[in-house]
Amino acid sequence: MDMNEIKEIFFQECEEQLAELESGLLKLNDGDRDPETVNAVFRAVHSIKGGAGAFGLDDLVSFAHVFETTLDCVRSNRLDPGPEVLKVMLKSADVLADLTNAARDGGSVDEARSRQLIKELEALANGEVPQASAAPAEPVAKPVAAAAPPPVNDEGFQPVAFSFDDFDAAEEPPLMEMPTYEIVFKPKSDLYAKGNEATLLLRDLSRLGEMSIHCDMGALPTLDRLSPESAYFFWKISLKTDKGEDAIRTVFEFAEWDCDLEISLIEDEVAQPGEELPMQPVPFDLSILDDEPAISVGVVEEEEQLASRQQDRDAAVAAAATASNVLQMAQSATRAPAEKAAPAASAAAQSAAAQQAAASAATPTIRVDLDRVDRLINLVGELVINQAMLSQSVVENDTNGTSSINMGLEELQQLTREIQDSVMAIRAQPVKPVFQRMSRIVREIADMTGKSVRLITEGENTEVDKTVIDKLAEPLTHMIRNAVDHGLETPEKRLAAGKSAEGTVRLTAKHRSGRIVIELADDGAGINREKVRQKAIDNDLIAADANLSDEEIDNLIFHAGFSTADKISDISGRGVGMDVVKRSIQALGGRINISSKPGHGSVFTMSLPLTLAVLDGMVVTVANQTLVVPLTAIVETLQPEASAIHSFGANQRLISIRNSFCPLVDVGRILNFRAIQANPVEGVALLVESEGGGQRALMVDAIQGQRQVVIKSLEANYTHVPGIAAATILGDGRVALILDVDAIVAASRGQSLKPEMSLAAAG
Amino acid sequence: MTYAAKNLTTDGRELIAFRVGAQEFCVNIMSVREIRGWTPATSMPHAPSYVLGVINLRGAVLPIVDLSARLGMTPAEPTVRHVIIVAQVKSQVVGLLVDAVSDILTITDDKIQPTPDVVSSEFEKSFARGVLAIEGRMICLIELEAIFPQEEREAA
Repeated sequence: MDMNEIKEIFFQECEEQLAELESGLLKLNDGDRDPETVNAVFRAVHSIKGGAGAFGLDDLVSFAHVFETTLDCVRSNRLDPGPEVLKVMLKSADVLADLTNAARDGGSVDEARSRQLIKELEALANGEVPQASAAPAEPVAKPVAAAAPPPVNDEGFQPVAFSFDDFDAAEEPPLMEMPTYEIVFKPKSDLYAKGNEATLLLRDLSRLGEMSIHCDMGALPTLDRLSPESAYFFWKISLKTDKGEDAIRTVFEFAEWDCDLEISLIEDEVAQPGEELPMQPVPFDLSILDDEPAISVGVVEEEEQLASRQQDRDAAVAAAATASNVLQMAQSATRAPAEKAAPAASAAAQSAAAQQAAASAATPTIRVDLDRVDRLINLVGELVINQAMLSQSVVENDTNGTSSINMGLEELQQLTREIQDSVMAIRAQPVKPVFQRMSRIVREIADMTGKSVRLITEGENTEVDKTVIDKLAEPLTHMIRNAVDHGLETPEKRLAAGKSAEGTVRLTAKHRSGRIVIELADDGAGINREKVRQKAIDNDLIAADANLSDEEIDNLIFHAGFSTADKISDISGRGVGMDVVKRSIQALGGRINISSKPGHGSVFTMSLPLTLAVLDGMVVTVANQTLVVPLTAIVETLQPEASAIHSFGANQRLISIRNSFCPLVDVGRILNFRAIQANPVEGVALLVESEGGGQRALMVDAIQGQRQVVIKSLEANYTHVPGIAAATILGDGRVALILDVDAIVAASRGQSLKPEMSLAAAG
Repeated sequence: MTYAAKNLTTDGRELIAFRVGAQEFCVNIMSVREIRGWTPATSMPHAPSYVLGVINLRGAVLPIVDLSARLGMTPAEPTVRHVIIVAQVKSQVVGLLVDAVSDILTITDDKIQPTPDVVSSEFEKSFARGVLAIEGRMICLIELEAIFPQEEREAA
């Protein structure tokens, strides 16, 4: 694994951490005061900082550090996470995301913004908060001896004092007024398993000031009971430093979850912890540890020396084994420190969480290349088709109803369907990341427009195919912008209308009859129908005396080039709003609707397929060819009567539907399947809605039925065919073409069928 | 297998020979993926006349080309006796409708004679790589990539 791969993993984890960070902050914003939430937020920033440090991403580290410091104040209850504080923090989370992206893609960051936020964060951490060193409210003054647990067994082990006097920490001039901290550092086995090394931590600690250290080996069992990968020692350290408790905690920051750490301030400086215990100080020079390759040797020797004084050779060998074992791990870990650091922290976080609530244990996950999943999905698609073919041919050849075959086939059918569902579920992902992105957009636009907005998201764990999620972000962004910019009123107007100054945008996702329904509701003014109507008349979209229902007026906003904003802002109102949204939703095989109540707001409802690999289609016959028309495009089907067909011009025909005229389009003619137009009365008309908003009646010969089809690419082995979106394979094993309704409608307007008009087809 | 191995050592190449109408053609066996029977194809709108349509090849959509029509001869009327040669042309896979597969030939390059100077059209010149005299028959070696130039197929 080379550095780039490790870095890639780091950035993937960053994304997860950022998502965690944002959701945590939003929870806090909603009034959640669970310490675990604060911890989760803190850990997210901390992990990013740790990883970034390993890769030398200095901008990211310095920002994350300031952020972390402020979060630590919240964590230790020195700073109340009020709305103002959280506002700064949410912004900081955005900047942190920007910095991460910049570090990955080499883009630039708004430095002024990040500097400003650093200042704000520092102000939060310092201004309103007592100094970190004064933090512990009740300094624990009781002697360590009392705090020390009784030895587990009586093997004759006694704590040993280490002196770090020769060590580089001695450079620090010992000041009499420096507070002394008593630190009890009790590593758990996990600490070593994750590649941390107690000696190194102690060495770092010694740099903070004058330090004396005692090792308690009371827990060390006899050799036959000793497990070489367990931690038996713990240390009592007394440290004279003016750096404050935070500095001490910083030393242990990567080990925090893997050890018991007690830090207390001792007022009586003279009190030497452990003095009451009989022990022999063992001076040794830790500076040898600066020489990395020598680590293992140095410590092993040290351990041996130490143990020999305890006159127990057996245990000494064991201790040495433990130390060297651990060190080997530590050394191998240093080769990929970044990789280790972040997961270690998050794993520790998980274990901490697990202790709190065992029920919420994280389910194990694996990362799989998307290509592999797609391959599996393709194969399952084949299986489904094959099964359908088999069933069909058995039914055709089955003369005397051999029930055992039929039963077997039925079971096969159930199995294949189950396999298909399970495989599709692999690709399914919660919409959460997209929803989370929206909260940032809401914040930004609220800032720009000076409105106060609250985004409520519901059902963010609703799952949908990854391709759908990827394509959902853009239309959703447009809609959120519109909702905040146009939908919600200014705080003054809201107050005047008797609403709260803060507007609410509610984003909901849920499953409904095999589709995902996403709803975006605002509690704004609703659609100003008069204004929309007037605008539509001005833009020649409707006649001045047209009689439109409220719903029809509402839907006018989906027309191209329609924007009711009085002044063009740079947020929305460039006239490329809702029509683009509608088109991209339709391209996904979805539909979008709006309902609006004046004074109470608007609701946009999007209904999308759960996957792009399959499509609900109506199977039709045109000139002896079987075609599939996407169901989402069809508004209704009807059997034209001769009296409803009207000729228009040279060879145009219109069909009258409820007193309006709709152009008839002969699909067979457009696709060149037949030379002359078919008689409409003999066929079926499918009323479709196309991207321009106009309706057309597509003439087909007959409707065979409705079914879910697996989308197959035509382009892979052939070429793009105008008017055809993709192909599929029907139950009889034959290929059927899926109609590109928009292209057909465009062609009927006299435009030639051009390849770029087609829908993007998956598969 | 020993047969094939011998061919490799003598620098020979294997060709697959097939019949289209009354004529015999051959292509490099390395470009042939499989040979299968004819199944009715789904017509494609706006397709050139020699594209008969597409069929389902184990889940992939495979275009079928009437080689007879493509080579400027009478269009075939496909029956169950017809054969589809599934061939790889650059990155795509196409099915060639031929009357029958007749032979697998192992030849060395020196057996390939230059195309006689009788062909008139540029198109024929472009795909015919040479002729072979095998047991009194004449077999024309054709180049599939010349028959399906990428540009033309993209424009089709």
